[in-house]
Amino acid sequence: MSNQTYTVIFYLFAALTVFSAAFVVLTRNVLYSAFSLLFTFFGIAALYVFLSADFIAVTQVVVYVGGILVLLLFGVMFTNSIMNPGQKSEVFNIIPGLVIFAGVIGTLLYTFFNTQGWRTPAEPLQGSIVERIGFETMSRYVLPFEMVSILLLASLIGAAFLARFDKTGK
Amino acid sequence: MEQLTTIGLNHYLTISAFLLGFGLFAVVTRKNAIVILMGVELILNAANLNFLAFSKYNGGMEGVMFSLFIIVIAAAEAAIALAIIINIFKLFKSVDVSSIDSLKE
Repeated sequence: MSNQTYTVIFYLFAALTVFSAAFVVLTRNVLYSAFSLLFTFFGIAALYVFLSADFIAVTQVVVYVGGILVLLLFGVMFTNSIMNPGQKSEVFNIIPGLVIFAGVIGTLLYTFFNTQGWRTPAEPLQGSIVERIGFETMSRYVLPFEMVSILLLASLIGAAFLARFDKTGK
Repeated sequence: MEQLTTIGLNHYLTISAFLLGFGLFAVVTRKNAIVILMGVELILNAANLNFLAFSKYNGGMEGVMFSLFIIVIAAAEAAIALAIIINIFKLFKSVDVSSIDSLKE
């Protein structure tokens, strides 16, 4: 792949990510936000591939698109009446929101583009990293791995317990 | 021009800054709890993108492992948050965060 094609494809996915994220925030319809989030997650997964983190990209698609987005859509369907399709979510604090948005982006971009001290790539990641992830998970990160698995189990049981339909009444 | 056509660290950091900004904007301005949750997901994705970008240009595996753990914790967070939102909906018949004020005098 030539360098120019690489750049064009990168900008395509970057634009997809940023514009669909903007649409998530700017549209008033909750359902449209959820579906626009789908494109954001896919764009981010594509950017992960550019960062040579192919395993993370696949995980992103499986967990975010297959899990979290479906959960969010369920939440939208549960909490808004389907009979009322023009469901709008109200907006408030527009001015503080805009100030925070502009402030955060301005500060971060100013810092990024004025910092010369980023470490130069001595040896950037290349190729597939699946094998290295496996080694790291089972050697250096085995304790966090087990802890996070227990945390996930506990939180999923807790979520199912919290959201269950209470038949017996109070 | 050369800086624009050679993809480097700053490009990823810029995208991540925009995602963070949009996520914060959603959290601050929206009343619907589910859209606030979407904003939190955008913020987590921005952090993930930063970790992976720094990991790529540093050559180490630390950022990759961190982003894997972030994805797991984001899944747990989304499940718990939706359970709480569904309970709030059962109690208040609405997910409008500014109408949930039982603790207010």
